[in-house]
Amino acid sequence: MSRSVFSYRRWIGILVKEFIQVKRDRLTFGMIVGIPVLQLLLFGFAINTDPKNLPTVVYAADSSIFSRSFVAALENTGYFKVTSLAPNEAEAQRMIAEGVAQFVVTIPADFSRKLARGERPEVLVEADATDPTAVSNAVSAVQRIAATALTRDLQGVLGRSIPAPPPVDIRVQRRYNPEGVVAYNIVPGLLGTILTMTMILMTGLAITRERERGTFENLLSTPALPIEVMTGKIVPYILIGLIQVALILLAARFVFGVPMQGSLLLLLGVVLIFIAANLTLGIMFSSIARNQLQAMQMTFFFFLPSILLSGFMFPFRGMPEWAQWIGNVLPLTHFLLLVRGILLKGNGLDVLWPQIWPIVAFMLAVILIGLRFYRRTLD
Amino acid sequence: MNGNSGPAIDVTGLNKHFGAKHVVRDLTLSVNRGEIFGFLGPNGSGKTTSIRMLCGLLTPDSGSGTCLGFDVIRETAAIKREVGYMTQRFSLWEDLTIRENLDFVARMYGMHDRTRVVAEAVEELGLADRRDQLAGELSGGWKQRLALAACLLHRPKLLLLDEPTAGVDPKARRDFWEEIYRLAAQGISVLVSTHYMDEAERCHRLAYISAGTLLAKGTAAEVIAAQHLTAWSVSGPDLVEVVDRLRGKPGVEHITPFGATVHVTGRDAAALEQSLKSLTLGPGHHAERIDAGLEDVFISLMARAPDEARQ
Repeated sequence: MSRSVFSYRRWIGILVKEFIQVKRDRLTFGMIVGIPVLQLLLFGFAINTDPKNLPTVVYAADSSIFSRSFVAALENTGYFKVTSLAPNEAEAQRMIAEGVAQFVVTIPADFSRKLARGERPEVLVEADATDPTAVSNAVSAVQRIAATALTRDLQGVLGRSIPAPPPVDIRVQRRYNPEGVVAYNIVPGLLGTILTMTMILMTGLAITRERERGTFENLLSTPALPIEVMTGKIVPYILIGLIQVALILLAARFVFGVPMQGSLLLLLGVVLIFIAANLTLGIMFSSIARNQLQAMQMTFFFFLPSILLSGFMFPFRGMPEWAQWIGNVLPLTHFLLLVRGILLKGNGLDVLWPQIWPIVAFMLAVILIGLRFYRRTLD
Repeated sequence: MNGNSGPAIDVTGLNKHFGAKHVVRDLTLSVNRGEIFGFLGPNGSGKTTSIRMLCGLLTPDSGSGTCLGFDVIRETAAIKREVGYMTQRFSLWEDLTIRENLDFVARMYGMHDRTRVVAEAVEELGLADRRDQLAGELSGGWKQRLALAACLLHRPKLLLLDEPTAGVDPKARRDFWEEIYRLAAQGISVLVSTHYMDEAERCHRLAYISAGTLLAKGTAAEVIAAQHLTAWSVSGPDLVEVVDRLRGKPGVEHITPFGATVHVTGRDAAALEQSLKSLTLGPGHHAERIDAGLEDVFISLMARAPDEARQ
């Protein structure tokens, strides 16, 4: 009887065959080399869990040297960057709702007067805490400056010793998510990531599967029109996407207790636009990919930056400018702001528009690129 | 439009390129109503591309013609409605059941009495008790029968069958051809591509394509006669040695083993006979002149094709 012994030569033969096959599939080969290098560079430099220079709006009803020193002290922590001075309170509130500003600092009219009397004036620091991790370090930095911000001014001008309690009473208000519940941020965000994943992957696979198995030829030989085939194949996935949305929203409401401030109808509209953008990308991938594996790889290649650079996993404002630029191209980035804006802030269409048009623009660009690749017949 | 008079297929000078490759070259073909037309040629000779052009799946780069009276370039939608195309590879949905597949195809052709048509087709197939089985679980022979049933569902006037019997056992092949004859008797025209000589001989007429060029067409007898091929059958012991000595002799073009004999063929009858005579055959050897068969002709065509067909 012959015995089965591990054959080194056979084994080498299998290794060699495998390498040849990997090399042949150029897309896979590119991904093997490209993904680690690109992503290492991209995410290694882009991701920063301690965001600094967060955009801050100051509404100073008192424009004394004290308020200027206080603001300077805030900026010196490195966490705050005063991007504008609001002329009134309403304007400041609009900016935080829109997401243009992460913080609003309100200095009351009687700031210097109370300071002079040692009455500990209140300064209000409102943080957009929809993403609690993005503001937590900044918030703790605020507390530290209360004691030291005005030391020099007070000694110089009034020549008085600093009282044991800090001269300023800084009140921090975490807006939209006062308890800093991370789930309030993550659960609406999951809505976007899950839709991105399934919409792109499902449509990509559904179309390449037909081509890979040869059934596409059968479909094309029937009187079915290309538009019927394409839309007929996509609509079921829109419905699946809506079921996912419903499930996530139900869980958000009843399991995680996420507040729902805004209009659900508006949310539905935004979700449909987002689904449409992802579907067009899925279709484009499917017309480039030669088989299901490639469609999957392309989806993955798009999905990773989507979760890492969109502000879903890491604070968007912590990223360098170039990474924010890439992030701004991705529909997920805008969708996250839209969903958080509607659910947590109760924003309306007027405030949301700046985040809607980039998604539509993305979709149009993909359609334009996709048309170049679309193969109508088997030609 | 007229769908019932004139030839089923009548095309002239069809050309198709894929990139720099000239896949089909000046294809001129005519298939009569109710005719079974065989389409032969080696792998990669352009058979599938030709068939796809005929049923509107590919647009020819140049050329013109009609399929069931409809223009092959402008009226592909009408052609698709009246043609049944069976792809080379099983192309129904393996993750749908037999009934679901047929039902889907019936919907694609917009059939109104879908339920009845599908039930009848399942019954005719003899698969009534297995109609809820997944198509992917069927054996090769059954898949082929299902595929044929699917492309007959909408009562096409022309069937385009691309190597329908590849990988199917002899019994299933014979049943399949009985079905084809039955359909032709009903007036359905059939264009079938094949590699099998016995199937080629069953066709009313046939065409041979190689490297994109049509090299021969007509009835089997006409195709054979047109090649002016002389064939000899040599039998006896140690044929391998005989073959070695024959190779390269004047007039000897092809030597093909046929079981216990070898066929020696060539177009120059006199030279071939001379070569065989001059060969001192052993006592058990026997050489006789036979009628060249289709297979002899195709082997001869296949070997000559590259030089004659390219450029």
